Amino acid sequence: MAKVPVQFTLNGTEKAEFIDSGTTLLHALRDKIGDTSPKGGCHQGTCGACSVIIDGELRLSCLTLAETCNGTAITTTSGLSEGGVLHPLQRAFLDAFATQCGFCTPGMIMAAKVLLDHTPTPSRDEVVEALSGNICRCTGYEPIIQAVLTAARSNSQHAA
Amino acid sequence: MAIRRGRGVAAINYPTGMNLGGDPTQALVHSTPTGNFMVTLSSVDLGQGMKQIMAQICAETIGVPTDRVVVDTADTDTGPHCMGTFASRGTHRAGNAVIQAAREARQVMLEVAAEELEVNASDLETDGQGNILVKGAPQKSISIFDVALSAHFKRGRSISGRGMFLIPRSYPEKETGAMKPSTCYAHACTVAEVEVDDETGEVTVLTVRNVFEIGRALNPKMVEQQLVGGSWMGISHALYETTEPYYPNRDHGGTDFNQYLMPGPGDLAQTEIIVLERPSADGPYGAKGPGEMCANPQIPAMANAVFDAVGVRIDTLPITPERILRALKAQAPN
Ligand code: FES
Ligand code: FES
Repeated sequence: MAKVPVQFTLNGTEKAEFIDSGTTLLHALRDKIGDTSPKGGCHQGTCGACSVIIDGELRLSCLTLAETCNGTAITTTSGLSEGGVLHPLQRAFLDAFATQCGFCTPGMIMAAKVLLDHTPTPSRDEVVEALSGNICRCTGYEPIIQAVLTAARSNSQHAA
Repeated sequence: MAIRRGRGVAAINYPTGMNLGGDPTQALVHSTPTGNFMVTLSSVDLGQGMKQIMAQICAETIGVPTDRVVVDTADTDTGPHCMGTFASRGTHRAGNAVIQAAREARQVMLEVAAEELEVNASDLETDGQGNILVKGAPQKSISIFDVALSAHFKRGRSISGRGMFLIPRSYPEKETGAMKPSTCYAHACTVAEVEVDDETGEVTVLTVRNVFEIGRALNPKMVEQQLVGGSWMGISHALYETTEPYYPNRDHGGTDFNQYLMPGPGDLAQTEIIVLERPSADGPYGAKGPGEMCANPQIPAMANAVFDAVGVRIDTLPITPERILRALKAQAPN
């Protein structure tokens, strides 16, 4: 089968690949480009572990065909830190012990980032709502909710 | 038809590890040429924090900061034998093996330092910061970095140790059937409050208050994290999770994530965790296994709370609305 070209920016860097038509973005990111921060949990849109940000919107990369991402800007958790300094969400997840096996963590952070980008000081209910598409087996969610609320507070202090 | 409130209590006694024919774990510890220490295990870290805890245990025993220890886990082709990280046994079994291995390595390290300082090894102590000092004369000291260099390049010694921890197999006594499946038990108690809708059978968990007695908490934040997640998982086992809702009939059994029910971030009960530290006699630095046991007491507490609320005993898990409604119906006077 003929390969199709795809081109997008990933965490600010131009990427161009030839892929099989029908390849998911998750597969392209992990196995072609080598960004393994999005995780494949269910491959059917139910766990949120594969979440990435495409042009500012939260997307499930397991349900997104890579060839539909031409010309987009994609953000993954591996692109969040700057110059070795963790993003406030990453810092907050660490400090709150909001990760155990870590499999859900990149997806949680993506979901939380989109929330905070749109709603810098969310209520607890808004955090719960934003995370409700992401499954975690280990933490019982409370530490994750607390981490997101803490990151939001540190953001607003930063802005003030 | 009404929303009814109930409260249930349960306490558990939970073995650390499992003895089905001897329960061994082995460990190896060796120094690098620059005085870092390597712990080699076949035990797996799948998120429970094995690497962190083993690094702490090795560091404490040898007398170096934790960041000087690297833990290599889970190569069952090449690593020393481990029965596995299950049954809450990782910290206890592997921890004890690491202590033994680290003690042997420490002894060699002190012997090399003694030769360098021209004193007796028994007169030396570590400061926990990477130095070896003469007891009572701390100005006479040598860094572990220099000791390792000397061992590797000058004295031809291997600063290393072997560790083994085995709970031997226990056979049942002929007369009574009594046996000793474990040497170490953690304990927990949960009080749960629920609301049960006796029209729909739905259970809402209001509060879950847990006390856990887990020996010494070697890493208190990680213990807390495990207990918070475990308490949630106990609720999940009690009320939601199953792959076989009509066992042995396969009907309606989930086949993927989509059909496997767990409470999400919107279904959280108010949760309280209290940790009691009663160091265990045979645990590494007093630890017991806080792993699996933390997801257990919520289950009987929930069943008791449902009974308290609507007067039916559900003895099959999970306690689904359907099971509650069927029990209520069976109980109703005709
Ligand atoms: S892997 Fe995409 S939602 Fe589970
Ligand atoms: S930390 Fe293990 S799934 Fe969330």
